[in-house]
Amino acid sequence: MDESRPIFQQIAEQIENDIISGALPEETQVPSTNEFAAFHRINPATAGKGVNLLVDEGILYKKRGIGMFVAEGARARLVAQRRDQFQSQYLAPLLAEATKLGISPDEVAGMIQTTQSTTTRKAGAR
Amino acid sequence: MSAVVEVSHLSKHFGSVDAVTDVSFTLEQDRIYGLLGRNGAGKTTLMQLLTGQEFASSGSIRLFGEPPVENAHVLERTAFIKESQRYPEDFRVKHVFRTARWFFPHWDQAFAEQLIADFRVPLGRRMKKLSRGQQSAVGVIVGLASRAPLTFFDEPYLGLDAVARQLFYDRLLADYAEHPRTVILSTHLIDEVSNLLEHVLVIDDGQLIIDQGADELRGAATEVTGTRAAIDAFTTGRTVLHRSAIGGLATATVSELDEAGRVAAVAAGLELGTVSLQTLIVRLTTSDPASAASAEAQITHADIESEARA
Repeated sequence: MDESRPIFQQIAEQIENDIISGALPEETQVPSTNEFAAFHRINPATAGKGVNLLVDEGILYKKRGIGMFVAEGARARLVAQRRDQFQSQYLAPLLAEATKLGISPDEVAGMIQTTQSTTTRKAGAR
Repeated sequence: MSAVVEVSHLSKHFGSVDAVTDVSFTLEQDRIYGLLGRNGAGKTTLMQLLTGQEFASSGSIRLFGEPPVENAHVLERTAFIKESQRYPEDFRVKHVFRTARWFFPHWDQAFAEQLIADFRVPLGRRMKKLSRGQQSAVGVIVGLASRAPLTFFDEPYLGLDAVARQLFYDRLLADYAEHPRTVILSTHLIDEVSNLLEHVLVIDDGQLIIDQGADELRGAATEVTGTRAAIDAFTTGRTVLHRSAIGGLATATVSELDEAGRVAAVAAGLELGTVSLQTLIVRLTTSDPASAASAEAQITHADIESEARA
């Protein structure tokens, strides 16, 4: 857990990540609040807050007496959300660091191309 | 949620020493609280007052809606695990557990036995022959297995090794999840327990200085680092909890930095860092040099007096 941000947000984010990666497919049950609490060694109320955040957003839904499930269409919605945030969360800090080092946006674009082709080659070799 | 503990304008002084000064707060049912503060801040006194082991100088205390002093109805629902619990001279470990069953109506013997095995406590040994860590383990087991609706742990981990402390935190969380109750953890090891806490009370010099949710406290302060000039410019008009500098670089801990403030900091070329709960509390309870010096002078004065008496 990262100390700077509320833990319940981090729990929500991890569940989101698992939904995006496919580790938690739609219509499957997510671990219970107490399971999250024991696994991450956090207060169950905090874990519950993270889960409820996603219930409020319609990413998870509650089946009475059974538990929490991933809603239909949750993955597509999360991916859309994350794409919207990509520029501010990833590109802005990248360009800020580049500017500090005197790397022009064009050079950054070139580096992205090179990195992309080397990683694809490595992945292909595997 | 109903209040399990209600404290209003509570003060306690021992002679001329103010141990607790005008403290008011409520503790809600089934939450884990952290009672944090420096040595001598008044944590133990506060817990002794709450559990009816000390009389208040002024103010009122209600546990489960009733005053705790000499009130069996309240005290049987309250467990107070002290850092230095004393036992009758001949007590062996098994006697402690046998006695605990009489006091706590919710005592769970099977859970106690599981914990005794987990912590490897020697049942037949005399209490006074136990190591510091084993004594602490006995206290932890009594505190957990009593399942008291209101449980106080006052520095329960003294002498416990890292493995045993982790065991304590894990068992506490697991059992709390199944049998919710109100828990107050008084501790110095803030980083170790910060994720277990739902709410934090910080007491400093007898006064309650923080009464806030753990999540709100996390991120209540931010560390900014940059050139001295940039830090000076940025911190003007902001609340600075701490400041240090090395060469041309400076670091400042700033409270309540909002999104606009973060953007401004990044625009000014500053690096943003995080402040852990422990660091935040250290920053908030470190007195400024002037008052620290006067406190030291007082201690020296008292020392001289007691030496003179001796």
